[in-house]
Amino acid sequence: MEARRPTRAVIDPKVRHVGFFAPPANPLPGPNSTLLSGSPAGNSLSPVMIPPPRHPSDRSPAVPVPDTGLRRQGSDHVPVGSYNPSESLLSSSPAASSPSGRVGLADGEFSEESDGWYRYRRSGSGKYDLPLPDTTPEKALDYSAKSSAAPVLESKKPAHVSGKSGKAVVEEQNELQSSSKRPKEKTTKAERRALQEAQRAAKAAAKEGNKSAAVSGGGPPSKPVKQPSIKKDAPPVSLSIAASDKKGSDRPPEKERKKDVPPPRMQFDDKSRVEKAKRRSVVHQTEARNRVELFRHLPQYEHGSQLPDLESKFFQLDPVHPAVYKVGLQYLAGDITGGNARCIAMLRAFKEAIEDYSTPPEKNLARDLTAKISSYVSFFTECRPLSISMGNAIRFVKSRIANLPLNLSESEAKAAVCSDIERFINEKIILADNVIVRHAVTKIRDGDVLLTYGSSCVVEMFLLYAHEMGKQFRVVVVDSRPKLEGQALLRRLVANGLSCTYSHINAISYIMHEVTRVFLGAASVLSNGTVYSRVGTASVAMVAHAFRVPVIICCEAYKFHERVQLDSICSNELGDPDAIAKVPGRMDVNYLNNWSNKENLQLLNLMYDATPSDYISMIITDYGMIPTTSVPVIVREYSREHLFI
Amino acid sequence: MPDVQVLVNDFLNNLKKRKIEGSQATARQTAELLRSVISQQRVSYTNQAGALMDAVRAVGELLIAANPVELAVGNIVRRVLHIIREEDLSLTTAAIAGLGVSAISDDDDDAEHNDHPVLSAASLAAAARSTLRPPSLQTLLEDVPDSAAVPHTSSSGGDSDGKSRSADKSSRTRKLKHDVIEAVNELIQDITTCHEQIAEQAVEHIHQNEVILTLGSSRTVLEFLCAAKEKKRSFRVFVAEGAPRYQGHLLAKELVTRGLQTTLITDSAVFAMISRVNMVIVGAHAVMANGGVIAPVGLNMVALAAQRHAVPFVVLAGTHKLCPLYPHNPEVLLNELRSPSELLDFGEFSDCMDFGNGTSSPLLHVVNPTFDYVPPKLVNLFITDTGGHNPSYMYRLIADYYSADDLVVQRRPTGS
Repeated sequence: MEARRPTRAVIDPKVRHVGFFAPPANPLPGPNSTLLSGSPAGNSLSPVMIPPPRHPSDRSPAVPVPDTGLRRQGSDHVPVGSYNPSESLLSSSPAASSPSGRVGLADGEFSEESDGWYRYRRSGSGKYDLPLPDTTPEKALDYSAKSSAAPVLESKKPAHVSGKSGKAVVEEQNELQSSSKRPKEKTTKAERRALQEAQRAAKAAAKEGNKSAAVSGGGPPSKPVKQPSIKKDAPPVSLSIAASDKKGSDRPPEKERKKDVPPPRMQFDDKSRVEKAKRRSVVHQTEARNRVELFRHLPQYEHGSQLPDLESKFFQLDPVHPAVYKVGLQYLAGDITGGNARCIAMLRAFKEAIEDYSTPPEKNLARDLTAKISSYVSFFTECRPLSISMGNAIRFVKSRIANLPLNLSESEAKAAVCSDIERFINEKIILADNVIVRHAVTKIRDGDVLLTYGSSCVVEMFLLYAHEMGKQFRVVVVDSRPKLEGQALLRRLVANGLSCTYSHINAISYIMHEVTRVFLGAASVLSNGTVYSRVGTASVAMVAHAFRVPVIICCEAYKFHERVQLDSICSNELGDPDAIAKVPGRMDVNYLNNWSNKENLQLLNLMYDATPSDYISMIITDYGMIPTTSVPVIVREYSREHLFI
Repeated sequence: MPDVQVLVNDFLNNLKKRKIEGSQATARQTAELLRSVISQQRVSYTNQAGALMDAVRAVGELLIAANPVELAVGNIVRRVLHIIREEDLSLTTAAIAGLGVSAISDDDDDAEHNDHPVLSAASLAAAARSTLRPPSLQTLLEDVPDSAAVPHTSSSGGDSDGKSRSADKSSRTRKLKHDVIEAVNELIQDITTCHEQIAEQAVEHIHQNEVILTLGSSRTVLEFLCAAKEKKRSFRVFVAEGAPRYQGHLLAKELVTRGLQTTLITDSAVFAMISRVNMVIVGAHAVMANGGVIAPVGLNMVALAAQRHAVPFVVLAGTHKLCPLYPHNPEVLLNELRSPSELLDFGEFSDCMDFGNGTSSPLLHVVNPTFDYVPPKLVNLFITDTGGHNPSYMYRLIADYYSADDLVVQRRPTGS
């Protein structure tokens, strides 16, 4: 501690010397508070930050102290004034011992903290010390301090002891809290209001400037020290007012910030969570046998048993709205596939459910409806894992419900949400598709050979539209097992008179020679530019890239997601493994008819894969044609708009 | 002779109807057919080798025309021609040696010739020729009447005849035919045992806990993997099904019955899975002289994916698959389109297609190629029955098995 002394001795003069520099807030509150005396100088904080609020509160009275003497303060602001002095009594009057003890306590994790605090108090106490050399006022102060502080301390303690940062922290917090609270109690209503407003203003600065503020307050190294204390949810030590503020209005931004990071998805190799989810689940599912080790984290169930099981439960499933139920069954049966179709079906089901919804007594519409939607979502998830586009749409619906004005009646609120949903479908999906089609058509010339993979509804719309426009081109439809979605697309294209070539994905290198453009759909575009799409898309894009054929992705912007993914393993969907073993229409391929009794054999039916961004020349979205590197921009801009639609 | 003709015709029919599956079976049957052709061929006293070669060439030409895509046929024909050349050469040199060299070296035979470096310049040249036999050098030497010892060649296997170098014409003729048939037998033997020889090298390439990806089915790959398994290596195999033929199902079944951890995936999932794969091991249809591979369809995609993820792409190929030709536009010229019915049911689209529109071109094409061409830069390693080789070394390996003349000579009867 003695080693420390000199440094402090150095700091101290500096503080005094540079005047009001050391805690940068100091100078400001000083003059300001003299002006605003009662309404503590919240405004002045905004540029700086947090320590100030506390300083002014105990400082503002303190400034006049030296000249006027403490007595006057004592009458008025005794607790405040006394607080510091009482501290200073503890610390500085037995100068050698007590501060060292304090610091020793705090040193471990909060040394900087206490240091800053110290320095400040020191400067203050120094001032006190000068005019109050005697013991009597000190004692008086001591008294009053104790009498007033004691209850506060006691009452506060239980709340804060939980943080394990130690007594020193608690003490400091309490001091801060009480010191900041005190004046509030004393101030008039108007003053308090002013204070609040000032705080609100400060909060904005504090929110973004937490760190920088902390730095300026406690010296550079205080940053890492402070961070954990903030996280611990112990009201930040140095942020007296901001901290008390946080409890109220500071929450929402906190939440928003959290939203930015997508929550980790359910990992199905986590036994306990899976168990929990199972207990809640509506659909009875049995885990598939012979699972692929690499994909333990993804759900895989025996197919075939779910549908009849669910159908039989139709009349027992109370909480699920029939419309939702129907869509869920369609997902399960595979009647509705494709990102857009699934999303629209889901939204329409929600709409229907919302229309039939009535708030139970003593419940809040927004909350209860959100819970309802959540339960529907989990039902859908059990039927088939959600697509990313659906996730985005759900987020939209929930945010609309959450942001409903409180003064709306139930029917109005329902109508508002329903119209929002309908608008989402129209603007984000149907109109977006039209825009994409318009854009895409400009990218083909007469004589082009366009290749597409699987079946994407946007690409199909675009091909038909281009054909209607009289463009001369040929289409290569590449398909792959087990879904063979391309056949349906091929059928529709051929029926519309397009000249088509059909092949399977293995022949992609053969067919790519003649292709001039590759148009692909996507289930989602992730913010690192990765295109998450039907399995095989990556191979097609890769081969096209190798043959120097441009790869153009058509994807509505509502499918963009801020998640990132590097490979197709971490997040995927597993299809029915039996579909791999059976080759419909090929009686000669029956080698694996009784595969399931073989232990060593696993069948893997991946549904999606991730196409690296460097294979993709361009993404056509409703916001125009963008390179993959611009995806995060769209994600950011879009999701903001998304919220304030 | 007539029964040979029957055999040839049968084989031609089978080839044309694509009834023979796999290059190994084709190669073996071709070799057997050519053996019977040779054995039935009556040879005159002069230019027996020429007569044999003509006969082989005539049959070979038919065979190649019957299935030009099955390169193994051409390979075997060329190799048989090469064998005849070698045998003839060895007999000629032996005969000349027998005439020219006096009885001094009569009893101490080829061992001395080969091992004695200072015997003569001619024997030196012969020794040199036996160690490396570039076709060009050989043709050069053939022009020079060399009076040296028998070239000690492994493939000819005719060094035993160094002793019986009688000048007797009839015995020499019989000798030539006999030797050639011996050598062809050896070739057949090689073809049938190539799997084992390749599989022997498996342990050098497959380690514990590896993940191996393969596409389609290949007997060589199966044996290779099983050989590693027998050596107590435990590893995991991803099998892509190999779409229109689904041979991958067959391979998966075989692997499972032999106790390997096998995962069957669709072809489209190859790119998704390749990032977790340590090695891609595949069979080939043919290996071209530039190191390019004619492989079952889909492998180019796999090779590109492997390259993207820096996964070694290993091709297993018996020597009968080495083709001495350099490919030109192999995706088209060395490819074969199979029936569309493997992809689409006949009649499935008849309802939505309008045939009455008068235009001759149908709206719908279905493309179902059989092979893919994998360029040499995508191949990391070839494993043949003679060991592992780089793609860039293939031309040299091929020069060991084929005579440069045959590459061109092959075509000469076509022109005339």
